[in-house]
Amino acid sequence: MRLMSKAAVLIGGAVMLSLGAAGAQEEAEGDNWEDKPYIIEDGKVDYGVYNGFRRYHNTCHTCHGPDAMGSTFAPALVESLKDMSYADFTETVVNGRQSSGAGGSTSVMPSFGENPDVMLYIDHIYAYLKARADGEVARGRPERLDPENDPVFQEYQESQ
Amino acid sequence: MHKNANATKGMEEMDKITLRAACSVFALAVAAPTAAYANDELIEMQSDPKNWVMQLGNYSATRYSELEEINADNVGDLQVAWTFSTGVLRGHEGGPLVIDGVMYVHTPFPNKVFALDLNDSGRIIWSYEPQQDPNVIPVMCCDTVNRGVAYGDGKIILHQADTNVVALDAETGEELWKVANGDPSKGETGTMSPLIAGDKVLVGNSGGEFGVQGHMTAYNLETGEQEWRAYSVGPDDQILLDPQETTHLGEPVGENSSVDTWEGDQWQLGGGTVWGWVSYDPELNLVYYGSGNPGTWNPSQRPGDNKWSMTIFARDLDTGMAKWVYQMTPHDEWDYDGVNENMLVDIEIDGEERKVLVHPDRNGFAYTLDRETGELLVAEKYDPAVNWATEVVMDPESEEYGRPQVVAEYSTEQNGVDVNSEGICPAALGTKDQQPSSFSPETGLFYIPTNHVCMDYEPFQVSYTAGQPYVGATLSMYPAPDSHGGMGNFIAWDAAAGEIVWSKEEPFSVWSGALATAGDIVFYGTLEGYLKAVDMESGEELYRFKTPSGIIGNVTTYEHEGKQYIAVLSGIGGWAGIGLAAGLTEGTDGLGAVGAYASLSDYTQLGGQLTVFALPGEAGGASDMDAGAEEDSDE
Ligand code: HEC
Repeated sequence: MRLMSKAAVLIGGAVMLSLGAAGAQEEAEGDNWEDKPYIIEDGKVDYGVYNGFRRYHNTCHTCHGPDAMGSTFAPALVESLKDMSYADFTETVVNGRQSSGAGGSTSVMPSFGENPDVMLYIDHIYAYLKARADGEVARGRPERLDPENDPVFQEYQESQ
Repeated sequence: MHKNANATKGMEEMDKITLRAACSVFALAVAAPTAAYANDELIEMQSDPKNWVMQLGNYSATRYSELEEINADNVGDLQVAWTFSTGVLRGHEGGPLVIDGVMYVHTPFPNKVFALDLNDSGRIIWSYEPQQDPNVIPVMCCDTVNRGVAYGDGKIILHQADTNVVALDAETGEELWKVANGDPSKGETGTMSPLIAGDKVLVGNSGGEFGVQGHMTAYNLETGEQEWRAYSVGPDDQILLDPQETTHLGEPVGENSSVDTWEGDQWQLGGGTVWGWVSYDPELNLVYYGSGNPGTWNPSQRPGDNKWSMTIFARDLDTGMAKWVYQMTPHDEWDYDGVNENMLVDIEIDGEERKVLVHPDRNGFAYTLDRETGELLVAEKYDPAVNWATEVVMDPESEEYGRPQVVAEYSTEQNGVDVNSEGICPAALGTKDQQPSSFSPETGLFYIPTNHVCMDYEPFQVSYTAGQPYVGATLSMYPAPDSHGGMGNFIAWDAAAGEIVWSKEEPFSVWSGALATAGDIVFYGTLEGYLKAVDMESGEELYRFKTPSGIIGNVTTYEHEGKQYIAVLSGIGGWAGIGLAAGLTEGTDGLGAVGAYASLSDYTQLGGQLTVFALPGEAGGASDMDAGAEEDSDE
């Protein structure tokens, strides 16, 4: 169970693909991984946050804007993640959501439950967005911790 | 067929300077009696400058008008004549068509079409709104844009976001036929404007970021039946090429020219989508268009040249068979789609008159090719910032003939997966994207809207899932370093010499299609929302007006009741507008393009509006153009 992501625990079958990187942080941070799913030292971020940045900008930024700043398409996740639980986050990403407004302006959050590029790294994306929401990571490309001193990276390597 | 004396005078001038737009060739083509194809009608209609019958103005894609009531001397007096709100707040690409007193305006998703009565202050004669599954929205890569409707044989052809191609009765808006051109659940969408040539509607597909197999398809204009489909990548019979007859730089392409340049079945996700512009030479009966990026932006996942992505195709209109192909960016490592417009002009090169095709590519090189044979004549950088390649090899004896010489430092393939390659120019937006250029037969110059943006690019491993993004790279963009700090230039280009004649700096990318006119001026729009007119010879700005939202549409002109009008759609969005659509409000710390685009929100907000301009006062001036045009277009 350790190497499974929280998403897998919470949602079960839908995200069996998930590997996640929660384990290492749990060691580092005790039990509140959900509240602080990242390690940041001297402005340098762990592999989860870094990879989350890349994966976010691979799949999510065309709607949620660069650096999670939001757009007229979709909400600013830098705000949403301030009080959104990990369970609600993963539920939304796995299943998607839709609502409609005036003038044919439908808004659609697609479902990513079958997308391994998202599901395999959902904890990383969560970690990045949470760090952004907490004001711990500035806009732009974050600098990575030295792999030697990055337990998240080491655990990720072992899981591969 | 040129009823108007000015047009004839214009022709003489063209000959004088030995440059001639291919439209003069059409005069001959029309004279020969052929079957009553829609393009006979369209060939005639496009030569009447009162109308604007296709998105790029004419089959040669020159976006040039012989109207000259509005000219370099009086354009400073231009005023807004009337406006129209589309009711849709998204990126508005393309532009309106004008046919005999009726203007046809389209919108981004949900892809409405309006027919406006120019005789009655733009009253809505009919409007059409298709029913589309909103699930198509998330599979559109960069905003829900649409590049405009096409006209032919009394029909308006709309290419919807969900890939449906619909024929509407131009008089009533009634749906005549409808055909699905692709499957949005696999990520195939529709953004390009169809071209009507002969009895066919030519239309391609979008979805290069979703691993789809790109194609161009011809439908019968009357019935909507599919006549041929030609893929960009795959087995020879799917691409419609003949290993012996189809040539690449003068040599037969040989068997399996595409699949041999991919590993295994990777070509099935090969991209090469067709979402740009199509042009047509009625005399050669060839259609020209380019294909987009190969599937996944991570080049390490697709070794080989990835043919025929990033390629200009010259195809026989009747059969779809490729006569020649030319791949500009073999094995793309930067997302330099080859879809930009191909302008067909007759031009003197090394003392010899040539029928050429001019293509300012996203990769930063502007190519001049012989459009009959595909011979490469000129390939030069049209932005000095371009650095990913040193040159394109022009020596036919060389092994590298026709290939760009990639600089190792900027090769995202050589630097490898998970490495951030920095300072690559141009950015993935290209030195120019789809925003169409214009050609003036008077100056012999091309007027090109450009981006002046560079990028960092980090590729990484991705997996394919149908209908999910298949990208595999993270990019950051910023204005070209060590330059004027802006992100765009509007340039005049000499396609025979391969030289920039003048370049006008712009704070933002110029994402609007240009229009050159016989009034010695060139129009274009800017991302802040200005419509600008500049002097054709010098680039000096003569007029600007701030429309309600940023302009990514193409400038159009027409004449109605003896008066010339200029029309353009505003509505920021598209890829250029993502930074703005992102609602960036705070200052950015060295974030480059994101930062710079962010300040766009200091200038403009989302919108969706048509603005129509004219000179003050009642109709007059250009009355010598009235005679006969109406009868002509009814024939
Ligand atoms: C095609 C556009 C699109 C893409 C791509 C997209 N989203 Fe969304 N997302 C939306 C829209 C639209 C909503 C708002 C849905 C609604 O109306 O409730 C949304 C809502 C959300 C929410 C809920 C926010 C809130 O405040 O309630 C989360 C969390 C979210 N998205 C995460 C993601 C992540 C993570 C990715 C990338 C893996 C992603 N989205 C990719 C369009 C998108």
